[in-house]
Amino acid sequence: MSTETGYIDHKGKKMAMWFFLFTEILFFGGMFLLYSIYRYKYTVDFHSAAAEENIILGTINTCVLLTSSFTIALSISFIKQGKKDISSVLQLATILMGIAFLIIKYFEWTAKIDIGIYPNSTVLLTLAKGEILFFGLYYVMTGLHGLHVLVGVVVISFMLHFTRTETINRENYARLENTGLYWHFVDIVWIYLYPLFYLIT
Amino acid sequence: MTSKNEPAATRGFYERTGKYRWVVAEWMMSTDHKRIGVMYLMAILSFFSVGVVLGFLIRLSLLSPGWLVGQQTYNELFTLHGIIQIFLFIIPGIPVAFGNIFLPILIGAKDVAFPRINRLSWWLYVGGALLVITSIVIHGHPPDTGWTFYAPYSIRTPANISIAVMGVFVLGFSSILTGLNFVTTIHRMRAPGMRWFRMPAFPWTLYATGWVQMLATPVLAITLLFIFLGRFFGVGFFDPTKGGDPILYEHLFWMYSHPAVYIMVLPAMGIISEIVPVFSRRALFGYLPVCLSALGIAIVGYAVWGHHMFTSGMSDTARVIFSFVSFLVAVPSGIKIFNWVSTLYKGSIATDAPLLFALSFIFLFSIGGLTGLIIGALAPNLHLHGTYFIVGHFHYVMFGGAGFSIIAALHYWFPKITGRMYSERFAKMGWLNLFVGFNILYFSMFILGFQGMPRRYFDYPAEYHMSHVISTMGSWFLAIGLVIIFANLIRSIFKGEKAPANPWGGKTLEWSLPSPLTHENFEKVPTITRGPYPYEEEAR
Amino acid sequence: MKEGYAEDHVVATGIYAAVWLALLALLAATIAVAKLRLLAQYSVLGSLAIASAKAALVLAFFMHLKYEGRFLKSMLSLAIAALTLLIGLTFVDVWLR
Repeated sequence: MSTETGYIDHKGKKMAMWFFLFTEILFFGGMFLLYSIYRYKYTVDFHSAAAEENIILGTINTCVLLTSSFTIALSISFIKQGKKDISSVLQLATILMGIAFLIIKYFEWTAKIDIGIYPNSTVLLTLAKGEILFFGLYYVMTGLHGLHVLVGVVVISFMLHFTRTETINRENYARLENTGLYWHFVDIVWIYLYPLFYLIT
Repeated sequence: MTSKNEPAATRGFYERTGKYRWVVAEWMMSTDHKRIGVMYLMAILSFFSVGVVLGFLIRLSLLSPGWLVGQQTYNELFTLHGIIQIFLFIIPGIPVAFGNIFLPILIGAKDVAFPRINRLSWWLYVGGALLVITSIVIHGHPPDTGWTFYAPYSIRTPANISIAVMGVFVLGFSSILTGLNFVTTIHRMRAPGMRWFRMPAFPWTLYATGWVQMLATPVLAITLLFIFLGRFFGVGFFDPTKGGDPILYEHLFWMYSHPAVYIMVLPAMGIISEIVPVFSRRALFGYLPVCLSALGIAIVGYAVWGHHMFTSGMSDTARVIFSFVSFLVAVPSGIKIFNWVSTLYKGSIATDAPLLFALSFIFLFSIGGLTGLIIGALAPNLHLHGTYFIVGHFHYVMFGGAGFSIIAALHYWFPKITGRMYSERFAKMGWLNLFVGFNILYFSMFILGFQGMPRRYFDYPAEYHMSHVISTMGSWFLAIGLVIIFANLIRSIFKGEKAPANPWGGKTLEWSLPSPLTHENFEKVPTITRGPYPYEEEAR
Repeated sequence: MKEGYAEDHVVATGIYAAVWLALLALLAATIAVAKLRLLAQYSVLGSLAIASAKAALVLAFFMHLKYEGRFLKSMLSLAIAALTLLIGLTFVDVWLR
């Protein structure tokens, strides 16, 4: 237990990170709730709106995130074995893939905005009610998810710095492990977003 | 004051540590749970006072609608009264003040699990409070939607909703981090021998509350974000013209706001569980059911939110389910009430102020709870929803419950926090005014509501006038009571008699420490060999 | 699990690689189910089931949950149960209006 030292131990730090992820489950959960209710109410509209999505870009993004989860998980394995250089390369790969995800997302969004589909646009308001909701949910859910990816990229960058300066090492790697947990969570949210927005046509 | 020659660790925790040049910086940068707790305590009591003044003005206006304020201002008054009392006083309330000061000590720890995150929670509270205050004072109208921010009005009103909602969002994040911190603390930082079922009841309630804070608050966060997005970007999730459903707003809002009332009341119940054994010199009756009932209330309370929406247009099946489950939550609450009363039975009763306020809690919360059963039943609810009956109900449980518990805690732990004793005579005088005034003010509301007077209404037909006048006069007694109580406490901080380490004969860990508490909690980490209320064992 | 097991234990690179390949395979499967209408009207349910399989793999191996103690696993179930309850009860309203 931590009381002997007066400071929180590794197990406690990990526990706390999991607790934070539980709060994120409920946070994104509210959006999934809205999605599921409105999908039930406007099934046909959701199907036709989803046809607008670019399934190729969506699939590439899914591959990117799944692979980035792989690399960050490996980076933790390697730091636990004291292999700081391999771990650093893997963390860098994760960062680059995160950035790639965001760039692809940027292209997806601009493509939609160019044809006039964005919240409260005149074009959007001419569409069927279910379609208006679909695109509203699309922007809000992928937007918040993208924000989480961005935060993740920044945090992993800090972890990379700490790995280089050996603040993170084989005895003290809780920060990196917790960052990994966060990143995997972000991946899991996308694992659910992908079929719900791209594959339901 | 203790001499500067003593090592820092054993000096009172108010004394300068010398780390920073300015005392404000020393406190605002502190990660000491006791200092953070005291700062929070000052903040919540200040906001409580502001909220009381707003309530006072509402009651004054209702004497003769229009004489004091106009309709728009009246709407702003009850909105702000709700926002301030709920989000700035009672939800943070006991956990951030007494939880922060005493949780680590009660479990034998040096501090919470993450002292820097604790400090972040405090800063977020200050930030959120500033945002809410900003929404009141800057150009434009203060919020006028009611504290519930119902869509679509909250999306369309020109009032300063976006800033207020941002403020509440930040406050929510502060609450989530506090809950996370406390739950981790209880899991990992208990002293050797402090098994789960040797912990006092108050930490148990903080544990259950922490889970509710973590699992319910995020739903409010996303809902507030939806309001913000609706106002700024026209995202119409609750706008029927864009396919949205306003009832879904109510669902999402109450999914947090019902569990929120358990955030308010569970720690309050924990405090009563601490006070009653000490002042009856008996072990807490049914310690195990009392601890587990805290978890029971948290879990069942998660599934009842629909009882705030019985007249909104929900399906019949949903309404029946919500009504049934709402009745279930009375069971663990009842367990606590019966166990407190059983603890008092044949005890050696000391009628000091803490017990007086604790007994008032039991009485007032019971009335509130019983009226809760009336409105939890589907059929009566259809008549009573949106009337003063509801206002009476929630003031009995929130103010008569959590509010009185906070005042009880202020008196109980006053010597430990300040090192001084308050005046028992003035405490009792204040109590009498408060108790009598409270019941006149709020019981009239049950009658008003039963007769059909709607809530949040600026004006009303003449037949309700007498009850409104009586209620307002009750508020004057209540206000006098509060003034006496707080004047007594404030004066005693400076002029009170020095207090011994254990004036009440308590058996939990804080009473084995000096009054006031010192920078370091324990000189040596204690090893626990007994339960928290060994009165009967020691009497043998 | 003895105290500290989850902390000391290092997952072999091979296992991580196998999980990654399985995830990509499931991705292909979910596209197939959607595009080829393999499960007809159960396409959506099928896609969500495959997504849950992917999530379970990430949770168990990448997030190390398979090697963690009972407490974390049950608390995760609690959080998921809470969300399910919220969505479920709301559906009882909307579906039966």
